[in-house]
Amino acid sequence: MSDLPGIRAAQQAAPAAPSATELVPPSPRQDDDARWLTPLASSGPAHDRAVRELHLLLLRASTFEVRRRSAALGLSASSELDDIANQAADDALLAIVSRLDRFERRSKFTTWAYKFAIHSAGVAVRRHAWRNRDLSPDSSESLEHLTRLSDDPGEAAETRELLARIATAITRLTAHQRDVLLALAVDGVPIDVLADRLSSNRNALYKTLHDARARLRGLLDDEETTG
Amino acid sequence: MTSPTPPLVAALLGPAGPEIGCDECFERLDGYVELEIAGADAEASTPGMRAHLDGCPACSEEHQSLHAFVLTSNEEGDNA
Repeated sequence: MSDLPGIRAAQQAAPAAPSATELVPPSPRQDDDARWLTPLASSGPAHDRAVRELHLLLLRASTFEVRRRSAALGLSASSELDDIANQAADDALLAIVSRLDRFERRSKFTTWAYKFAIHSAGVAVRRHAWRNRDLSPDSSESLEHLTRLSDDPGEAAETRELLARIATAITRLTAHQRDVLLALAVDGVPIDVLADRLSSNRNALYKTLHDARARLRGLLDDEETTG
Repeated sequence: MTSPTPPLVAALLGPAGPEIGCDECFERLDGYVELEIAGADAEASTPGMRAHLDGCPACSEEHQSLHAFVLTSNEEGDNA
């Protein structure tokens, strides 16, 4: 932790703390330096204490997220979910400590730290919920499902017509765009789960999804213009 | 009056406006949430964030959870 140039530079550039006689309350940024950034970037007892305190906060955040996600996914409380919360806190701590020089002070340090715990916990719960579920090897079944929905009398006529046009337009996407769009939007596969199965990552898959949606909207617009 | 877009259609077509990606969303999420909680114009700080949250369920869930957790922590005095 001691060789994080960004932290050192921030410490060197930081203004001197106001004296007690100035009666100025410390700013959140100074609090972050004193309570978190300086000890986490150092070594010894202060570092160890800051790591323990941070891990407790991260565990609260990861437990909060595991409960929210598992409730939304209909998962019952279990020791596995407790393990997921603990592992997410550990993973978040490692990520944070290795990225201290990338903390840009757009928020309090704790808010910045919580997002790592919430991200790790959310991804882990989605993976856990889908661990025994197979994904369709191609998207033809999903497209058939979408086509059936466009004939479903339970849907509004306007929606049925739009779904039919979308189903037709989808066949003009690239195979990869079609597979990603249908898995995410029709089958409801979580993006992190799909990324694992495709050896990709969330950002890259979302770019594919974004491009597929833009192409779809363009095809529908062209149809209206020429139609 | 137009009827609301059905969720499946919204998921297929996504947001129409410019949006950021998942990596940038994660980078900016903490500051965005604090601005929201402070009642400031969070979208002005990160144009395209709102559209991305509308289009990406995973990032949206993380946004909602961070917002809720920070609010809870603030109320309990733990977000020091």
